[in-house]
Amino acid sequence: MADTSQGTGGLTFDKSKRSWPNELNILLALVIIIVIFEIIGQTAPYMRGQSFLFDTRDRFDSIFNEARLQIIILQVAIIGIIALGVTQVIITAGIDLSSGPLVAATAMIAMSFAQTELVNGNPNPKAIFGLWAMDLPVIVPVVVGVAFGAVIGAVNGTFVAFLRIPPFIATLGMFLICRGIALWWSNGQPVSFPTESYKFIGSGMMPVVWFVILAIIFQLIMSFTVYGKHTYAIGSNEEAARMSGINVKRHKVLVYMIASMLAAFAGVVLSSKGATAQAGMGEFYELFAIAMAVIGGISLTGGRGSIIGTVLGAMVIGVIRSGFTYVKLDGSYQLMAMGGIIIAAVVLDQYRQRNKA
Amino acid sequence: MSDDFVLKTEDLTKHYGGVHALEGANFELRKGEHVAIMGDNGAGKSTFVRQITGVEQRTRGKVWLYNEDVHFAGPLEAREHGVETVFQTLALADDLDVPDNLFLGRERTFADWLGPFRLLDYKSMRQSTIDALNRTGVKIPNIRNTIRNMSGGQRQCVAIARTATFHSKLTIMDEPTAALGVQETAQVENIIRTLKEEGEPLILISHNMRQVMDLVDRIVVFRRGRICANLKKEETNGEDVVAYITGAKTQPEYEEVA
Repeated sequence: MADTSQGTGGLTFDKSKRSWPNELNILLALVIIIVIFEIIGQTAPYMRGQSFLFDTRDRFDSIFNEARLQIIILQVAIIGIIALGVTQVIITAGIDLSSGPLVAATAMIAMSFAQTELVNGNPNPKAIFGLWAMDLPVIVPVVVGVAFGAVIGAVNGTFVAFLRIPPFIATLGMFLICRGIALWWSNGQPVSFPTESYKFIGSGMMPVVWFVILAIIFQLIMSFTVYGKHTYAIGSNEEAARMSGINVKRHKVLVYMIASMLAAFAGVVLSSKGATAQAGMGEFYELFAIAMAVIGGISLTGGRGSIIGTVLGAMVIGVIRSGFTYVKLDGSYQLMAMGGIIIAAVVLDQYRQRNKA
Repeated sequence: MSDDFVLKTEDLTKHYGGVHALEGANFELRKGEHVAIMGDNGAGKSTFVRQITGVEQRTRGKVWLYNEDVHFAGPLEAREHGVETVFQTLALADDLDVPDNLFLGRERTFADWLGPFRLLDYKSMRQSTIDALNRTGVKIPNIRNTIRNMSGGQRQCVAIARTATFHSKLTIMDEPTAALGVQETAQVENIIRTLKEEGEPLILISHNMRQVMDLVDRIVVFRRGRICANLKKEETNGEDVVAYITGAKTQPEYEEVA
């Protein structure tokens, strides 16, 4: 930083002087991981020369193994939607542990308003409400689900901002409450048989479509709106933000609300995708969402990170999961490797920050 | 005559329980004037500033800002009235760049109907930042750098430039150079001189005698919660000021209170 420590030199606004964005490092890591899997696939004898990324069969339509790419993205899309909200919470130097159970609770509640009256000509065996709640327009379960998320988020935010309870504790409490709500809602019974239009929300590649649309929207919001600027400011220096006239408490409530609304929407998509809602859904989702954000270069002390980074972090997790299956290592290895990568990401980030300062 | 007061306080008093941190302070600041507040630790300097800027609520007394009787509920309200404070602890967001920090909490926006999601007018804020830095003579090589990557002097300069950007009616600096090196101190002092040329009124709290003698027109000395001297720079010298600070001397007009 020799060029800035001296008070000399003219005033400039020089785009080329901007520092190397962190997102490029993650992209680089992503490419390296893919290359490693590709090399293992080509060289390991038991793999018989399969390719990770490319289509080895002689077809004309594509050189890539589209099926695998689709699976990679589809696997992370729903947790990715949660991660978009978690990213914003962590940028304010908070944390949200309640998102996984919130997914389950929202799935149960939203699904109850999305049921069909008749299943194969018989009354719906899983019906929660009476006939009035059957075959409602698809907007009803979505709005009810997201509104439920907004309420949970508002409670989280109120505890954190106004009652000054550490975010970890407040959202841990909400973690248990939401899981309890999910179990209580139908006494542990799954809720099933949604309408066709509700099924469409999570059908096929629709989760990826939602993930991409929401990621673009929130990247733009974080970069170009007052909301984004204040979120970063609060995470950087809450006292300074307060002194500058930002209504820190109100803003935090808004951030937690948006995060929970995104998690709730993920619950809607997940229940739609499986055409059923169960109280045990979304287990570990909150942790994977945090992992995506952390791998994506976010700082747990707040102020740094971006939505693009989190999207790339989600891709890293997707590639690793898919890659381990591809090289025929089972789930236990995946978990161990994922844990190692998360720790490595934080260590690398701290090392980088220390070198910078 | 009365209408060229920038700031006037009468019987400004602050008690913390039984502790009389500030007692009956009568203070005046005229247009274009730079005044230093000096005094030992615990003499009431910072308490005095905190009452003016609304960080704390005074026990009794009156404050006029440009002949308007004011009673700020918080630092924010003071700021809206044009009182800018450069705090000892810098109120800057480390991960944001210079324009972001200058305009933090009062961003220029368009499409305001979007509420909290209204759009930032980066271009205009950047231009105003460059103008403000030029006006104050602050040199920062790249305003897109985050505060985290800047030296202590540059940070202080950004904090001061913030007061200049918004044409504040009154600038208060609480030991702006306490943590800075020689070169950086010189840079900050240059900015203060620029503010003087621009006619921007300033209250400077400092322990640095040379700096005070160099920069300001008048020195007000606090001792044990009371003002004990009001000295024109031309009529005093370092030794004299020290005598007032330590209690060896008290000006006759403050005799009965001290």
